[in-house]
Amino acid sequence: MASCNCGHQNDDEKQKEFGDLLAKYKGVKGALIPVLQEAQEIFGYLPAETMKQISQSQGIPFSKTFGVATFYSQFHLKPRGRNIIRMCQGTACHVRGAAKVFDAVSTNLGVAKNETTEDRRYTLETVACLGACGLAPVMMVNSDTHGRLSPDSAVKMVKNYE
Amino acid sequence: MQTLLDKCCDKCTHEPKNPCRDFIKCRKEGPICHDDESCRQKRKDIINGIHLPEGTDKKNILICAGTGCTSSGSRKLVDVLKEELQKHNLQDKVKITMTGCHGFCEQGPLMIVEPDKTFYVRVQDSDVPEIVEQNLIAGQVVERLLYKDLATGESCKTYETVPFYARQQRLVLHNCGHINPEEVAEYIANDGYTGFARALLNMTPEEVVDEVKKSGLRGRGGAGFPTGMKWGFVRQAEGDKKYAVCNADEGDPGAFMDRSVLEGDPHAVLEGMMICGYAVGADEGYIYVRAEYPLAIERLKIAIAQAEQYGILGDNILGSGFNFHLKIKAGAGAFVCGEETALLTSIEGNRGMPRVRPPFPAQSGLWGKPTNLNNVETYANVPHILRQGGDWYATLGTEKSKGTKIFALTGKVNNTGLVEVPMGMSLRDIIFTIGGGIQDGKKYKAVQIGGPSGGCIPEENLDLPVDYDSLTAAGAMMGSGGLVVMDETTCMVDVARFFLTFTQSESCGKCTPCREGTKRMLEILTRICDGEGRMEDIDTLERLGRVVKNTALCGLGQTCPNPILSTLRYFKNEYLAHIQDKRCPAGVCPNLLTYVIDPEKCKGCGKCAKGCPAGAITGEKKQPHTIDTTKCIKCGACILGCKFEAIYKA
Repeated sequence: MASCNCGHQNDDEKQKEFGDLLAKYKGVKGALIPVLQEAQEIFGYLPAETMKQISQSQGIPFSKTFGVATFYSQFHLKPRGRNIIRMCQGTACHVRGAAKVFDAVSTNLGVAKNETTEDRRYTLETVACLGACGLAPVMMVNSDTHGRLSPDSAVKMVKNYE
Repeated sequence: MQTLLDKCCDKCTHEPKNPCRDFIKCRKEGPICHDDESCRQKRKDIINGIHLPEGTDKKNILICAGTGCTSSGSRKLVDVLKEELQKHNLQDKVKITMTGCHGFCEQGPLMIVEPDKTFYVRVQDSDVPEIVEQNLIAGQVVERLLYKDLATGESCKTYETVPFYARQQRLVLHNCGHINPEEVAEYIANDGYTGFARALLNMTPEEVVDEVKKSGLRGRGGAGFPTGMKWGFVRQAEGDKKYAVCNADEGDPGAFMDRSVLEGDPHAVLEGMMICGYAVGADEGYIYVRAEYPLAIERLKIAIAQAEQYGILGDNILGSGFNFHLKIKAGAGAFVCGEETALLTSIEGNRGMPRVRPPFPAQSGLWGKPTNLNNVETYANVPHILRQGGDWYATLGTEKSKGTKIFALTGKVNNTGLVEVPMGMSLRDIIFTIGGGIQDGKKYKAVQIGGPSGGCIPEENLDLPVDYDSLTAAGAMMGSGGLVVMDETTCMVDVARFFLTFTQSESCGKCTPCREGTKRMLEILTRICDGEGRMEDIDTLERLGRVVKNTALCGLGQTCPNPILSTLRYFKNEYLAHIQDKRCPAGVCPNLLTYVIDPEKCKGCGKCAKGCPAGAITGEKKQPHTIDTTKCIKCGACILGCKFEAIYKA
C-alpha cells in the first residue's frame, strides 16, 4: 500500500486503526458511508485494497462499495496533496468573479480541477457552495476559510501552506 | 452550583435515570419542589450572569464565531481580548461569549457589548486595546468602529438602530449571535425546551399535531408543504417504529441559513425534532448534515451530548415515558441528497438516488418505516409554535404563508448576510431597505431566488410580496431562500449556464429526462455564450425545459429548467443579443468581447502592457497603446490595472 507523506503515522499504525474501524462498524446497519469516510480520514484516500476489505467486513458486494465511493464527491480513489484547496463555485461567488480567482490559482499551480501538483503539495478542487456567501469569492484551504479574494490575493494565500 | 442546570441543593433529585418532570421550568423559575430563598437566589444570579440586567457594572462581550466572522479573524480577537482584560484586571467583570452567526457577515468580525447593545463592526486585533480602555474602562463608545448608515452617513450606536436589523423580525434567529451555542444552559435561560416540555407534559400527540396545523407552518426546505399535515400523515401511518429525520443537507449554492441556525442555535433544531418525535410517535431521529459544514456537525454533537447529559434527550424524558434518541449522519457531497427519498436511502448507506413516490416517506421511509422529514428551519420554527401557540404564529405572515422566512442575501448587494422577515415583505424592501441597495451605485438587474430550482426576478416584479405562491406564479420559487442579487454587469445567459452546469453535474443519472436533458440544455447554453448560438436554440430550450420539468423523476430534475425558463421569460433580449448580434450586453461572455483602449484617455504609461500575460498590448511610451485582439486572452488584467479607466469591453 502506498504511504502518505504526512509523517504522523506509519503504515502499521494505520492498518491497526483501520482494523479497529472495521470492528467498530461490524454488523451496524447503514454503516457503509461512515466507514468509507473514516477510512479516508486514516489513509487520505480510498485505496482499492481498503475498499475490498470494507466490502468483506460489511458483507457488501465490492461493486456496491465502489458505486457508493464514486457517487459521492467527497470520496477520492487517488492520493491527494498535503493541502486541499477547495474553491467555491457558488452563485454569490460566481457573480463576484470566482471564475477568475480559480483560473489564477490553477495557472499558478499548473494543475486543473481535481488535480494534484507533482510534489503533492496541493490538490485543487471545487465545491458547489461553502455557505460563506457574505465573503464571496471564497475558498477553503484545508479547514481554513478565506474570503473577499482577488486573483492575486488567492494565489498569495495558497503559498502560505507548505 | 456552577451552571443553571446543576442541582441547587440536595433536595433536588433530578437525574436522567430518575427524571423530574419540572426540570426545565425549575431551572428558569425554580426551585419548584421546595421553597428556599437561597436556592432561588442562586438560580437568579446565574440567569443574571447570562442576561445582564440594566444598571449592572458587568459587561458581556459577544464575539461572532460564525463561519463568516471566523474567516475574517474573529477567533484571534478572543485571545487578544482575554489578554487585554487580564492586563487591566477586568476578567471578573467582563465575560466573553463566542456566539453563532449574527447575520451581518459583510461587516465581520462583529463584536457586541451587552447590556448596552453597542455594535462594533470589522473589528481588528489592533482595535481591542482601544475598546477595552475607552469603552470598558472610560465608558465611552469607540465611534470609529460603529456601523455607518449608508444612506445618512450617521453612526449607529446599537444593533437595533442598524437598518439591516431594524426591519427584520428575528424569530428563528433570535438566539443566533446572542447566546453561546455550545452551552445548553444559555438556551434554557432563553426559554429553551419550554415548548417541548409543554407538548410532552400537557398535551397529547394529536393536540401537538393540531397546534402545528393551526399555525399554518409550511416546509422551509423549498416546496412549502404544510408541516402539520405531514406530521398528521406520519402519526396515522401504521407501524410501531417511526423516525423523525432532519434535512440539513443545505446544498443550494448561495444559501447558508440552515448552516447558521445549526451553528448558532443547535438546540432549537433538537427541540423541534423532539416535539415532532413525540407528535408522530417516533423514538429515533437522524440529522443528515453536509460534510462541508464541519462546525455545524461539531456543535450538533455537543448539543446532543449536553441534552443527553441532563436527561432532556434519552429514555423516559422528564418522567413522561417518552424515549427519543438522535444520531448525526454526515453527508458525503451529493446535492441530490437534499431530495427526501435520496436522503433517506443515503442514510441507509446507498448511493443517494431518488425513487418514485408514492409511497411517500410518511408511509414508507427510512428502512421502510414511516418517517417524518423536515428541513432545519422548519424544525427550528416548531418550538416557538408550542411556546406561544399556533394561533399566535398564524398572525405572522400572509394568508397562505405564515410565519417568518430566513433569506441569505448575497451577490451585488451592499449588506450581505442573513435576513429574517415576516412572509409577505416585498423584495424591494429586502434588497433596498435591509440590503442597502446595489454595490458601487450600479443598476439592479435581477434577483435570483431559490437556487438552482428557482428563477430570476426582474425590476418590474420587485414589489412582489415574498410568499410561496407569488414566487411560484412569477416563475421562481421560495426554495431554501437564497437571494442572489445581480446588477447590470451580470449576464443572464451566463447565469442560466452556471446553474445548468451545476444541475448537470449533480444529476444522479437515474432518469433519462434529467440525465440527458440537463446535458443538452447545457450544450445549447454554452454554445450561445460562446457566440455560436442559432435562432432555433431558443425554441429548443423552451421545449426541452418543459419536457424535463414534466417528466423528470424528482424535484432536482423537475425544477432544473427554472433558471432557463425564467431568464427566457424576462431577459429574452439578452439571449437575442448573444445569438443575433454576437454581443454580451453585460460584458461577461469572453468570446463575445473585445478589449479596447480609448486613445483619448490613454496616457501611454505602459502599465497594461507590462501586466498583460499574453503580450497583446503594445505602444510607444506616452502614446496611446493598442490591444492585439488575436493575442488577447480576455483575462481583464489590463482593466483592473489602468488608473485612467482608458480600457473598456465592447
